[in-house]
Amino acid sequence: MSLTTSRLILTALALALATPYTLHAETISVVTSFPKELTAAYKKAYEAKYPSDTVEILNKNTAAGIAYVREQPPGSRVEVFWASAPDAFEVLSQQKLLANIGPGNPEIPSKIGNYPVNDPKGFYRGQALAGYGLMWNTRYMSANKLPAPKEWADLVKPIYFSHVATSSPSRSGTTHLTVETILQGEGWTKGWAQIMAIGGNCAAITERSFGVPDGVSNGQFGIGLVIDFFGLAAKNSGMPVEFIYPSVTSIVPANIALVEGAKSPEAGKRFIDFTLSPEGQQLLLEKQISRLPVLPATYKKAPAGYPNPFSGTIQAKVNFDSQLSETRYMVVRSLFDQMITFRHKELVAATKAIHDAEKRLGGKPSAQLEEARQLAFSPAVDEKQIQDAALLKLFKSNKADAEASRAKAKIEEEWATRAKANYARAITLANSAK
Amino acid sequence: MIAIALAIAIFLAVFLISPVISVVYTAFSDGHGGLTLSHFFAFFEISLMRESFANSLFVAGMTVLGATLIAIPLAYLTMRFQFRGAVLIQTLGVLPLVMPAFVGAAAMQLIFGRSGAVNLILMDLFGFSIPIMEGLSGIIFVETLHYFPFILLNLSASLATIDSSMEEAGQNLGASGWRLFRKIIFPLALPGYIAGASLVFIKVFDDLGTPLVLNVTNMLAPQAYLRVTSIGLEDPIGYVICVILVLFSIAAMGGSWWFVKRRDYALISRGGAQAPKRTLSSWQTVMAYGWIIGVLMLVLSPHLGILLMSLFKVWSFSVLPEQFTLAHYITIFSDAKQMIWNTILYCGLAAVIDVVLGAAIAYIVIRTTIPGRQILDHLVTVALAMPGLVLGIGYLRTFRGIELPFGGGALTASWLIFVLAYSVRRLPYALRSCMAALTQVHPALEEAAENVGASRWRIIRKIVLPLMTGGLLAGFVTSFITAAAEISETILLTSKESMAPMSYGIYLYFQSIAGRGPGAALSVIAITLVALGTYLSHRIAATATPHQNVGART
Repeated sequence: MSLTTSRLILTALALALATPYTLHAETISVVTSFPKELTAAYKKAYEAKYPSDTVEILNKNTAAGIAYVREQPPGSRVEVFWASAPDAFEVLSQQKLLANIGPGNPEIPSKIGNYPVNDPKGFYRGQALAGYGLMWNTRYMSANKLPAPKEWADLVKPIYFSHVATSSPSRSGTTHLTVETILQGEGWTKGWAQIMAIGGNCAAITERSFGVPDGVSNGQFGIGLVIDFFGLAAKNSGMPVEFIYPSVTSIVPANIALVEGAKSPEAGKRFIDFTLSPEGQQLLLEKQISRLPVLPATYKKAPAGYPNPFSGTIQAKVNFDSQLSETRYMVVRSLFDQMITFRHKELVAATKAIHDAEKRLGGKPSAQLEEARQLAFSPAVDEKQIQDAALLKLFKSNKADAEASRAKAKIEEEWATRAKANYARAITLANSAK
Repeated sequence: MIAIALAIAIFLAVFLISPVISVVYTAFSDGHGGLTLSHFFAFFEISLMRESFANSLFVAGMTVLGATLIAIPLAYLTMRFQFRGAVLIQTLGVLPLVMPAFVGAAAMQLIFGRSGAVNLILMDLFGFSIPIMEGLSGIIFVETLHYFPFILLNLSASLATIDSSMEEAGQNLGASGWRLFRKIIFPLALPGYIAGASLVFIKVFDDLGTPLVLNVTNMLAPQAYLRVTSIGLEDPIGYVICVILVLFSIAAMGGSWWFVKRRDYALISRGGAQAPKRTLSSWQTVMAYGWIIGVLMLVLSPHLGILLMSLFKVWSFSVLPEQFTLAHYITIFSDAKQMIWNTILYCGLAAVIDVVLGAAIAYIVIRTTIPGRQILDHLVTVALAMPGLVLGIGYLRTFRGIELPFGGGALTASWLIFVLAYSVRRLPYALRSCMAALTQVHPALEEAAENVGASRWRIIRKIVLPLMTGGLLAGFVTSFITAAAEISETILLTSKESMAPMSYGIYLYFQSIAGRGPGAALSVIAITLVALGTYLSHRIAATATPHQNVGART
């Protein structure tokens, strides 16, 4: 038997085996970035209610999920897209990849704070609410004799040096929302000073947003900046962790949408409606899920002490401006990476030198130390430059445009070089501060 | 022969070259349908990219060194000396490969990390901790323990086939110990060592999972991944990095090929497992066991960590986990049976394809005079150099909209895509093993058979293939287990949870805190399956060898 023949036989065999996998009747494929506990609970509950349907979960991070939906030809696309970051839905909706399904359950309020729960144009709906906060490992904290933090601003204190962890906005949509919330709550310059000082206290800038709660849960890190359900679910699963919302936080919806050109749009819509029904909302309260429902009535069934954004138990000082966030989205992401993620070693060294100088001087005012702080914790783009329309436009330009991408790379290179030089200078200044 | 060569070439062109071309094209495309080099200039203007480049080279080089230090004593001691449990050690030595790198790194954080068991004990007793898992050294540590089996496998296969008469001759002339190893054994085993070492270099150079889990981003592969996934699929710099990875890997492969090629390693007869196993003196035995046990403990620490994670509920800032439970295994057996079966099916089929293609290509390249036959070898090498992520994207783009016959649905949404992607990307491993095996079969044996009138097919069937059995099995095992541990491509290609393989399941479970236990339990099952497979293949190889020797010496 020739080798070619044997390969042909193998292929035929494989094809024959492939067939049974493709004979499902009504299949609802859901692309989501949510953890398996959540998706498994919804799959089970939905299939129990609609036995003729099958729910197929495709877990992808948000960026990969968008790419996946885009790469599929219309007519055979997945039915549902379900994720945290609102901007992902904006991207999909702008690319005409979402179907208009209008608002859902009328008992769901149209706004949380100033933020619309559902897409005003009707392309996606809020399915749960999310706030951002601080999570810490109680064992780690007591072993290192650290007090529990209350606000973002606490994290810049020398005592927390190398005990904090965060992800990067370019890696995690939720971290981007946290950073943008701080920038909107504190203002551009002060906000960046705080973010960079927190970055300098970080033991790591994790690649995935889940790296933060994971590291805090197993005790690698003391404190992490996380989305609420990571903290609450870890606590409810028996991990020695605590979670709080600081006052500079905002509440935004996690969304669900029907994909345009899906294979079975009817079934997809049925699933979306199910997630917004009272039974669907109540699943969010399960211990391992611990998310905030959008349906206010569901909170009546929640255990005591469960945070409720509709009753004022979470004080969200910041009214998140998604328009502003969207215009400078790419700049904030890139700036964070160029100054913090990729230059983390240098930033940490500068932060340490500054902390050491503070300790040595014992609170005595020092011009050099002040300058060192200024150098280490100022963004490479100032308040005025960030409103420069040309800069914002450049970062939004088509990525395949060679000229634009070169110009962008050049600006990023300037930021990186400046940050590196600033950190080095800050170290020298702090070390010689009198 | 030519027809087969052409068929293989077509297979490679469709499933390897065309996706790669779509990736390379993006690196040179100016966005308006023209070609440009400006993305390359942009790349070298970015200091971060230059730094990443240097870091990647450093980590890859140091890992090869570390892996060599672990693998050579293990291979040499177990293959050349009377040793209890040699097969067990060889099996355990391969275990790191089966675990996706991110799982190993996660477990090692709990043991060697900043609040891991080792450092907590050190802090308690001596008041200091060792930052083993921090930065580049953490990556080198994890990668060394993860990839040294490549050297171990290839070197062991080479050692097994060295003619014992060479060693005996050396011993007769008074060489022993280190001198015998340095002057005779190692030089003869060099094809295997170089094959393994170049694989390690390339794998580490391309590896994405480990740096990401350890939060190191200033290396080439993570930069490519970050650019492609965060800036967008169209970001040209990401593709430039891919092209650089490809070029570099091809250079490393070409270098090793040239190195082996310029000397003659073929032996007339084969020593095989019958090479006389020497005995160690009693203090040597103590030293050898001490070394092996030390290395194995280090190598198996991630597995131990995973086992503990799978059996306990909470492991947080403590030396050992707490609250014993079997609930994680119950979860897995009710939720993830399909995934286990999927892995066996996909990786088994892919490994079979690999061994068949690998043996055919090795034979065509080494034994025939078909013009352009080296191209096949070089084509396969390209697969080795392709990061899984990029090949995955290439697949989705190239095969979008292609429907399977008999109403099988879209190719990219069927599980066949896994078999194809795995077999293409794992083919180089099988090919290296087949090449190394065939290099050591002296053509004189075939000529002898030809002289007594055997046809070409008969010679291949009766002489070449039986003599290559060890190499073929090594190729099958390496292909299978590395495919089972593949993750970046798998994430991209999985379009339904019901057809996902185990590695995807593990990845998925590890994405949530409540899922870590079940994820660890699934990893334990994966490791057990592969350990069994490896052990069996060693047994088969061991029983097959005496027969080969008879065949080879008559």
